[in-house]
Amino acid sequence: MYGKGLRPLSIATVAALVAALSLVFFYAPLDADQGFIQKIFYLHVPLAITALVGFVVGGVFAIAHLRSGNSKWDAYSYVSIHMSVIFGVAVLVTGSIWAKASWGHWWVWDEPTLVSFLIVFLMYATYYPFRYAIEDRERQGRYASVFAIVAGAFVPLNFMAVRMAQSLVHPRTFGTANGGLPGSMMLTFLVCLLAIGLLWVTLVKFELTAKSASGQVKRLRRALDAPAPGGRSRVAPEVS
Amino acid sequence: MRRERAYLILRDQSMGEVHSFGVLGLLAAAPALPLDEAGKYVAGAYIVFLALIVIYVAIMATKLQRIERELRELAGFAEQRNGEADREREEVSA
Repeated sequence: MYGKGLRPLSIATVAALVAALSLVFFYAPLDADQGFIQKIFYLHVPLAITALVGFVVGGVFAIAHLRSGNSKWDAYSYVSIHMSVIFGVAVLVTGSIWAKASWGHWWVWDEPTLVSFLIVFLMYATYYPFRYAIEDRERQGRYASVFAIVAGAFVPLNFMAVRMAQSLVHPRTFGTANGGLPGSMMLTFLVCLLAIGLLWVTLVKFELTAKSASGQVKRLRRALDAPAPGGRSRVAPEVS
Repeated sequence: MRRERAYLILRDQSMGEVHSFGVLGLLAAAPALPLDEAGKYVAGAYIVFLALIVIYVAIMATKLQRIERELRELAGFAEQRNGEADREREEVSA
């Protein structure tokens, strides 16, 4: 059910990633201030935007789950958050590398962008123990949805806090003041954002397909495992 | 500095000879692929991203292999059960 359209989506993602990398290294000009190091921007920022939007999307799916009671939306919410956490790891690592190259430190505690993202990331890192601490599947889904909604509402605060913080260390890239990004850089950035966004959607779809297949196998096992009258089960126990 | 100068010379040369240089020419024609300190960090960032994706895909491939194995096992069991049911029906009709 979930696997429909996965192949064309995967092809589009690979094509977009190849186009994005080509633009980054063969088209986008070198930044006058940072030089070659600025190339990390085309990876780091789209990853951060996609991860944060993914967290919000997880919250929206959680609302759909609480409203309808359909566990499908809970699976969507879980996978969206899971994928955004993975992207979050990439954001933190690439950000640290960029910080080391630009500022000489792997981490800077007085930089609001970094710290606020770390707070959001750590908050979502607690999603897994919170979810799996509850044994009852029904309650697990409901409580996880409440968490996803509350945390998802907190994410826009991350953007607002950074916007309001007047830091000279982390300049506003898309600000209209001081010119913002030149056209070629903006085009490269938008293609990168599209590619990373497509990658997120593809991986979410891929994981949902795998989860759905696993669920179907479990259902089939249960159906086949139903013992015949007077007989006993002959299906091996589930591989955990 | 010598590296940068060499790179710039290679880039200038390759601008008109991308085809004859092949991949090397294409790389040299890029706006900037310096092999200095910055290049190391940029390569590191992109490699980390690639590694994460590869690890994730490898984990998912392992999961899919397990599902496939379980499906094969269940299909075998279902066929065996159908065969037994057919035999029982034949015995009853006989």
